[in-house]
Amino acid sequence: MAKNMRSAAGTHSTGPSRPDRQSDKYTRFVSAGLGRDLASRLGLPQPAILRRYESGAPLITGPVLVEGSSAGADALATRLLDWDLDVRRHAAPKTRLGAIILVLDELADPSELSGPVRSVGASLRDLAANGRVVTISRSASADLDPAAAAGRKAVDGILRSMAKELRHGATANGIILGAGAHTTAAGVMGALRFFLSGRSAFVDGQFLTVATGSGELPQAWDRPLAGRVAAVTGAARGIGAAIARTLHRDGADVIAVDVPAAGEPLAAVANDVRGTALQLDITADDAGERILAHARQRHGRLDIVVHNAGITRDKLLANMDAARWDSVIAVNISAQLRMNRDFLASELFHDHPRIISVASTSGIAGNRGQTNYAASKAAVIGMVAATARLMEPFGGSINAVAPGFIETGMTQKIPFATREVARRLNSLQQGGRPEDVAEAVAFLAAGSSAGINGTVLRVCGQNMVGQ
Amino acid sequence: MTDTDANSSPANPVQVRRAVIIGGNRIPFARAGGAYAKSSNQDMLTAALDGLIARFGLQDERIGEVAAGAVLKHSRDFNLTREAVLGSALSPETPAYDLQQACATGLETVLGLANKIKLGQIESGIAGGVDSASDAPIAVSEGLRGILLDLSRARTLTQRLSILSRIRPKDLAPDAPSTAEPRTGLSMGEHQALTTAAWKINRQSQDELALASHKNLAAAYDRGFFDDLLTPYRGLTRDSNLRADSSLAKLAKLKPAFGVSLGGEATMTAGNSTPLTDGASTVLLASEEWARAHDLPMLASVVDGEAAAVDFVHGADGLLMAPVFAVPRLLARNALSLADFDFIEIHEAFAGTVLSTLAAWEDVEFGRSRLGLEGAFGSVDRSRLNVNGSSLAAGHPFAATGGRLVASLAKLLHHKGTVDGRPARGLISVCAAGGQGVAAILESR
Repeated sequence: MAKNMRSAAGTHSTGPSRPDRQSDKYTRFVSAGLGRDLASRLGLPQPAILRRYESGAPLITGPVLVEGSSAGADALATRLLDWDLDVRRHAAPKTRLGAIILVLDELADPSELSGPVRSVGASLRDLAANGRVVTISRSASADLDPAAAAGRKAVDGILRSMAKELRHGATANGIILGAGAHTTAAGVMGALRFFLSGRSAFVDGQFLTVATGSGELPQAWDRPLAGRVAAVTGAARGIGAAIARTLHRDGADVIAVDVPAAGEPLAAVANDVRGTALQLDITADDAGERILAHARQRHGRLDIVVHNAGITRDKLLANMDAARWDSVIAVNISAQLRMNRDFLASELFHDHPRIISVASTSGIAGNRGQTNYAASKAAVIGMVAATARLMEPFGGSINAVAPGFIETGMTQKIPFATREVARRLNSLQQGGRPEDVAEAVAFLAAGSSAGINGTVLRVCGQNMVGQ
Repeated sequence: MTDTDANSSPANPVQVRRAVIIGGNRIPFARAGGAYAKSSNQDMLTAALDGLIARFGLQDERIGEVAAGAVLKHSRDFNLTREAVLGSALSPETPAYDLQQACATGLETVLGLANKIKLGQIESGIAGGVDSASDAPIAVSEGLRGILLDLSRARTLTQRLSILSRIRPKDLAPDAPSTAEPRTGLSMGEHQALTTAAWKINRQSQDELALASHKNLAAAYDRGFFDDLLTPYRGLTRDSNLRADSSLAKLAKLKPAFGVSLGGEATMTAGNSTPLTDGASTVLLASEEWARAHDLPMLASVVDGEAAAVDFVHGADGLLMAPVFAVPRLLARNALSLADFDFIEIHEAFAGTVLSTLAAWEDVEFGRSRLGLEGAFGSVDRSRLNVNGSSLAAGHPFAATGGRLVASLAKLLHHKGTVDGRPARGLISVCAAGGQGVAAILESR
């Protein structure tokens, strides 16, 4: 199925991938030897073993081609030298590329796309496995000259199609500059580094809007959250536990929050990340105050809040009872709204604060049997958009991440056939890992992400459903 | 009475620094043979420690000393607390020692470490206790033990065969621990039945106390009181002995369990006695300086403690009546009366124990002849007694009860804050096997 959609791409594997115990069995089977040959001959999906972030590993291997002739492209190419990258301004055929960055920040008309876009296309064959394509363009707002808006919006179609053509774990993502951001703004550099690195392994075909030039680059890129204090709800298991571990790895002090009944695994996570365990029910009226009190006592500050706790109570709408509907709304959205009011009112949370809510692709595309869950997750996206302006006065930001199919205890319970289809239904032809969602959260929590505010970042491997 | 230095304040007899309670953690208590049937003392104590470490962020911390103990103890657990520390997230450079004082073990670890902190010997300490009635040690009989020891010393095959031939069927019966007193042969329940009868405590008042224990504990759970005092373990999120739906009618239906052969009405049942229980608890103690340096809360201070023992062997007093003497001595030293306490925690070994204790304190003759007072020692305001339930509802893993009491009371006191301009005060009284008892005074911070 997916093979035909991506037949134009000519990326090459750079030799056998490393054995990877965490990938699903099918992915391991088709990654080497007989399995690889068989899948290739039969036209079966051939998911790649994705390159994921490892502390100390190079940002990306291979030259980085910066395509585009604007001053913004020149400035960016120069800045990239600071990262010890092999930056190229002209394609050299047969050179295996680590990444291609297409800078279109001065685009004024769709007719200007032909040259640079086809030039990128000609280099795609040289893109290494797990390579990256990143576009940088400007937002297409309604108050623009129609031709400029048309050109800018065209990038949307180009990027999403290109992402579907790439193979072997390579991804394509876009950065959209707001009026106040130039190609070397902190937010752009942070986003670009995220997209180039293994942190974005399961992010594909997505755009990040950097609205303003605000934000600060970290002193050390491997500890961008040093000195920051983060509260993570639902931290006892799955994605929440991965978020706690990733924030800790990036330097944050972690307050791991979960319901009292989950206290045993919560304590294990807290001890693992050298943080503290806070047992509370986020639907309690004083949940926000209790998190603040804990943060005040232990750290004197609170910088990052990750609203990860969520529940599902699936039922077709025709059979939906009040208990199922109300509990999902209470946990997944009402609690976040109430706690955010408490956090925003507290001076503990006024030093470049970050809120990251875990939404879901169900909230974007809808899902049969999940009207309540999809309502709550769509509501999160609405909340994030409307809370953005409240964060601005403090140099803060709020964003959502929307996971697609992630391999967790929750998705393990899906029947085999349904699960197997669901996990292949994206451009990377595999499920993501909790760590992939956690990387996106950590990226949005970083100081460099201040200019990214009120947005939704999908971590779905370019799932076929929704946008 | 102990002489007090004229220069020291009554509440602080010796001029030393304060020892504060930062908080505690326990695992839910489980009825024996239940959720923790396969858990060892070391497993449970390690779990309780790890929950405490997680709550307060003590990973890799070198604590001044960890003191804990178990009443029912395997010989392999000779270094139980140190082994639990090594299995926990604490720094492996944290020293530890075991302590054993029957049911007073937990409270005594608190007092011992608090004293070390007060004297400046350590800056921080973790007190605790654990017991498993499920994973109890079973020894070979004394006869077989003697034969096996002789066997290990034998040098020739003939000697070995000769020694082995001494084994008789009766030697093969295992020797399991019991709650019987070695000097009387009576179980704890039978001892208490004597005391309950002597103080004429009726069935209904015992059942009422048991019911209050269940209702108060259930209410405390419901309002989240234990959210920061307890970490679930092995699927258990509440004490498995807790019966929130208990009623006097249900309790009244239970058959007497102890004192049946005493002649009079037997009043003690499984409902108004504590069951055999598994569980563990811990309490984090420190100097004020250490607590501040680590940005940790201070819930209460450990003011003072007192141990007592009675001659139950010759029948002068009941086995579990030592606190009746410990508390008056402790209060006299601190110039306090029962009315000066905002919360009073009397460990509910049996409802009859608590009620006999209260009756003795209210008895004028007992006050004069046994306590050396001018009259009765005093009355306990029942609205201040075991306000969040106690052992009858939670269960009683012997050495773990002290830690449960101290952490819960410290939190209660902290919430109460000050009363009439003075810190809120709490009293703890724990009876123990061997005719012993330990009492302690805590004060809010």
